[in-house]
Amino acid sequence: MSEEQIRSLENQFEARIARDEKIEPKDWMPEKYRKTHIRQMSQHAHSEVVGMLPEGNWITRAPSLRRKVALLAKVQDEAGHGLYLYSACETLGISRDELYDQLHSGKAKYSSIFNYPTVTWADMGAIGWLVDGAAIINQVPLCNTSYGPYARAMIRVCKEESFHQRQGYEIMIKLANGTPEQKELAQDALNRWWWPSLMMLGPTDAESIHTEQSMKWKLKRKSNDDLRQQFIDQTVPQAELIGLTIPDPDLKWNEEKGCYDFGEINWDEFWQVVKGHGPCNKERMKARVGAWEEGEWVRDAAMAHAEKKQERKQKQAV
Amino acid sequence: MKNENLYNYILGIADNSLILGQRMGELCGHGPSLETDIACTNISLDLFGQVRSYFQYASKIAGDNRSEDDIAMLRKEREYKNVLLVEQPNTDFAYTMARQFLFDVYHLAFLSELQKSTDLTLSAIANKCIKEVSYHERFSSDWVKRLGDGTEESKAKMQDAINYLWTYTDELFHQTEADKIMVSEGAGVDVTKLKEAYYKNVGDLLEVATLEIPESKYFQKGGKEGIHTEHLGYLLSDLQYMQRTYPNMEW
Ligand SMILES: [Fe+2]
Ligand SMILES: [Fe+2]
Ligand SMILES: [Fe+2]
Repeated sequence: MSEEQIRSLENQFEARIARDEKIEPKDWMPEKYRKTHIRQMSQHAHSEVVGMLPEGNWITRAPSLRRKVALLAKVQDEAGHGLYLYSACETLGISRDELYDQLHSGKAKYSSIFNYPTVTWADMGAIGWLVDGAAIINQVPLCNTSYGPYARAMIRVCKEESFHQRQGYEIMIKLANGTPEQKELAQDALNRWWWPSLMMLGPTDAESIHTEQSMKWKLKRKSNDDLRQQFIDQTVPQAELIGLTIPDPDLKWNEEKGCYDFGEINWDEFWQVVKGHGPCNKERMKARVGAWEEGEWVRDAAMAHAEKKQERKQKQAV
Repeated sequence: MKNENLYNYILGIADNSLILGQRMGELCGHGPSLETDIACTNISLDLFGQVRSYFQYASKIAGDNRSEDDIAMLRKEREYKNVLLVEQPNTDFAYTMARQFLFDVYHLAFLSELQKSTDLTLSAIANKCIKEVSYHERFSSDWVKRLGDGTEESKAKMQDAINYLWTYTDELFHQTEADKIMVSEGAGVDVTKLKEAYYKNVGDLLEVATLEIPESKYFQKGGKEGIHTEHLGYLLSDLQYMQRTYPNMEW
């Protein structure tokens, strides 16, 4: 193809997106579009899967059977999101094994929030309420993104995430209305998860890369700072309603702007965790790589068995 | 307690699901693939769902204000009535699947009999659970076949798991006092009558899986009387942690 032909294809492609048409796997797409989508979608898939670990940590210790069942179902949903997103990513011509390799080698990222430890039961409430809550804010705009398989995945995923968010908030309500000890558990969890949840919405706009291109492709529809403001404005009243205090002395309602002013985020901590030096980065990777390596003989056996079965079938046919 | 036999009988059934569900829940996020992770979590989820139905019923029978959670999480080690098989650890994926398979074949046969119970609550629970359990049985049998008739390594691992767990299978068919009384009343399942078909079905599948049927005639028992292996105490300390640390609270 000549350069001119490519440019014309690119123009048609951008025009389709501008008209709100969906791009499908078989459609022509610029290489950069493909790569950017593989990066973002796989990062999202990896986050779902690594995100199973901090919550999986409390399955055996859930305080009641009802909570245990709900937590199992939630973590199972996250695994399902991972599976769904990996499949969507595979439509761009990359295999799940390659994507795993990128995760295990540290080349691919996942959401930094999962590098914080879940130290008490209340963290199951805080994660559902805040982390799934922030994820929804990030993801709802993606239900209209330009790449068809990703947009469809997001519609389904967001429905379940909002269920998780309500479930998490409900855990917090119960704790906040419980004994003084339970209330303390809830407040402590909010104290520890509040700032990392704000960081989840990404670096401040001044430091954020790739934003303009992503806006055009509808991979990003609002800036990080706008999303963060939306999250804060939505979450502060929820905390107040159940008598919990947001751990930010600078937080206050700004009548003029019609939104909350809030304190300085510790970006040094953010970058430290992103660069692999958070409280649990090493444990999370060790758990994922360990599961993968220890599972190799199982996957090999499944493959060998399927081949034997196929062979026997062919022999029978002859 | 007025209906102590029924209460003990329910616990004898429910504790198997409780302890196995707890074991399967340990694996979440650590399985050999995302698909097996989802399946194992799903089995755990089904088992805990069953546990809730049984313990809600047991709590009604006990009539002493103990909730399903009190019954599940606040008994002493010697009061758990599960068979030794289900408390065995997740040594590796072969052990996990072998344990599941050896229990599922029994569980499926047991529930299909329990459906006929004259106790309408028990038969209704059995009715509800049997679909789930037949899925578990298909899943675990498939894995026994895959690993048995897979690679040399997987065959050795699956054979080792079957050999090790075999010693715990005979206990499934022991009758407790509560069993005997419940059977005489038409509400309980006579587990002694399930034994022959069990070993036949298990044997047939092991053969398809190109595995050897263990010949050992030595078996372990005790779980049904509350005498467990050393593994159970650790499992209970996780299961009971919150209820013991924060007593008398609602979650
Ligand atoms: Fe997500
Ligand atoms: Fe998710
Ligand atoms: Fe979620």
